[in-house]
Amino acid sequence: MDSRDKIDRREFIRAAAVLAAGGGAWMAARPDAEGMVWQIDPAKCIQCGRCATNCVLNPSAVKCVHTYEICGYCDLCSGYLQPGAKARDTGAENELCPVGALKRKFIEEPFYEYTVDEERCFGCAKCVKGCGQFGNGSLHLQIKRDLCVNCNECSIARNCPSDAIRRVPARRGYLFKQWVSGEESEG
Amino acid sequence: MIYRLALVTLALAAVLGDQAGAEYRFPMPEFESGYERPQMEAPPPKLTSPVVDVALLAGLMALTAFAVLKLRSRNWVLTLMVVSLFYFGFYRKGCVCPVGATQNVFNILIGDGAPVPLLISIFFLLPLIFALYFGRVFCAAVCPLGAIQEACAVQPVQIPRTAENVLGMFAYAYLGLAMLGLYTGTGFLICRYDPFVGFFRLGGSFNMLMAGGVLLVIGIFIARPYCRFLCPYGVLLRWASIFSRRHASVTPAECIQCRLCETSCPYNAINLPTPAVQSEPRRAGARRLGWMLAAMPLVIAAAGLAGVLAHPLLSRLHPVILLAERIAAEQRGDFGDLTIESEAFHASQQSPAELYAQADAVRRRFRAASAAFGVFLGLAFWGRMVRLSVIRKSPDYEIDRGACLSCGRCFAYCPVEKPNDVAA
Repeated sequence: MDSRDKIDRREFIRAAAVLAAGGGAWMAARPDAEGMVWQIDPAKCIQCGRCATNCVLNPSAVKCVHTYEICGYCDLCSGYLQPGAKARDTGAENELCPVGALKRKFIEEPFYEYTVDEERCFGCAKCVKGCGQFGNGSLHLQIKRDLCVNCNECSIARNCPSDAIRRVPARRGYLFKQWVSGEESEG
Repeated sequence: MIYRLALVTLALAAVLGDQAGAEYRFPMPEFESGYERPQMEAPPPKLTSPVVDVALLAGLMALTAFAVLKLRSRNWVLTLMVVSLFYFGFYRKGCVCPVGATQNVFNILIGDGAPVPLLISIFFLLPLIFALYFGRVFCAAVCPLGAIQEACAVQPVQIPRTAENVLGMFAYAYLGLAMLGLYTGTGFLICRYDPFVGFFRLGGSFNMLMAGGVLLVIGIFIARPYCRFLCPYGVLLRWASIFSRRHASVTPAECIQCRLCETSCPYNAINLPTPAVQSEPRRAGARRLGWMLAAMPLVIAAAGLAGVLAHPLLSRLHPVILLAERIAAEQRGDFGDLTIESEAFHASQQSPAELYAQADAVRRRFRAASAAFGVFLGLAFWGRMVRLSVIRKSPDYEIDRGACLSCGRCFAYCPVEKPNDVAA
């Protein structure tokens, strides 16, 4: 065997490897697989508080979101006020949110509107727990797509005790709570 | 009125502890002041164009190949490295990268088969194809993990070749573990234990930053420790690069055996010339090779057995196993309190028996995967032993195509001029 043959053989192996790998990858890849994003299933979330600490981002990409359609606009809001709060006002000693991210605004007697200040919220789920225990459950956690860096393996999902985080196609909307049934659905 | 209603409902909720789904505790108010409920914000994901990513990956690799093979310029390699460090590292925050993409691609074959976007498979393939033609140009300047280490390698020293060979086996172990993680559904271990992504994101867990920091500090002297001793994708690139069509060479023309390049390579990727007089008779070498070939099934069987024996330990990587162990211990009464996981489990519909059955299924998968992992490691070890025991005849200083990262350090050490008349 002279060197010429050797070169030809190597060339052949190389071309075959490139073709096989390229063809395999082309067959395996699916264009419709583009754009999967991580979302929290509000029906499964148990408000353990790990979303605040386990995201690779600091502060977390998980924020509290508010489905206004479900909200009762209560004055005595169990998502806003600490249990046994002395007064129903904006005093820090009465607020449940540790960073003051949940804001309240008087609308009309006796209703108050609650909004989440996303800059401050870090996804600790304290308000979500309060709202779900004694209220309508209109506050819930969700992964904000504009903040999420879409890791290969969501580090919160891996640590989520109730398996509430899963990948959904980006074309499908946010998994917000909806007014109709109280169950999660497309938003 | 609403306060009293709230209190009543509070008491009711406390008594029943109910999980009412469709029924709301408080009626939705009807506003008289003309107030309208705000719309919920649903911002779309911030995506960079995949075309830009692929174009930059291919472009940077092509330029690196040109800088290494034609220009023979380390400065060009360093310049390209900085570009890549800023784009793939700090701008794209370390994702998407071919090292991680390896898992997505193998996930189709041995994992849960989740479909892979075209971008990911192109990212996995392109560096390998480039390695088949030009050597590991991806490692040289395009990989952000390599770039951050190369930037820290200011005072590289050569480590003994024996140490290089032994430590290099860890990369095979890491690759094997990553595949085991995919097969058993444990997760994407390469991404999970990526030491440098914390720097790119400018924040991370203590352990991640610590591991990355330690590797970078070690990397000041022992250049690119992750690339050489851990990188799982590096193993595949090594295999591809061995068959590379063109590869960087120490000298642009004929080697004059001046020995100047001997200390230039911090990666031990320059093979020294073999002495003219062979150190052992031919028959001794042939006999040793024969013994090694005969030992191959033994090595593989032993390694596979070791893998099977190690599977209870490895299986504790899987969350289901940990949860099942915890629940079993709680039922024996070993723990007074519950963890968040076990609380969530008790709240779910699953019974302990179902969980144990699930854990058993996971363990069975782990047993098969650990055996395969052991066999893979055994084969890798055996292959390396064979390679080291075979004496090759080469009169010149030649680059070890598998190990060479095409960093271009050795170019400046070679005093031989490029021949002017004929293009190299």
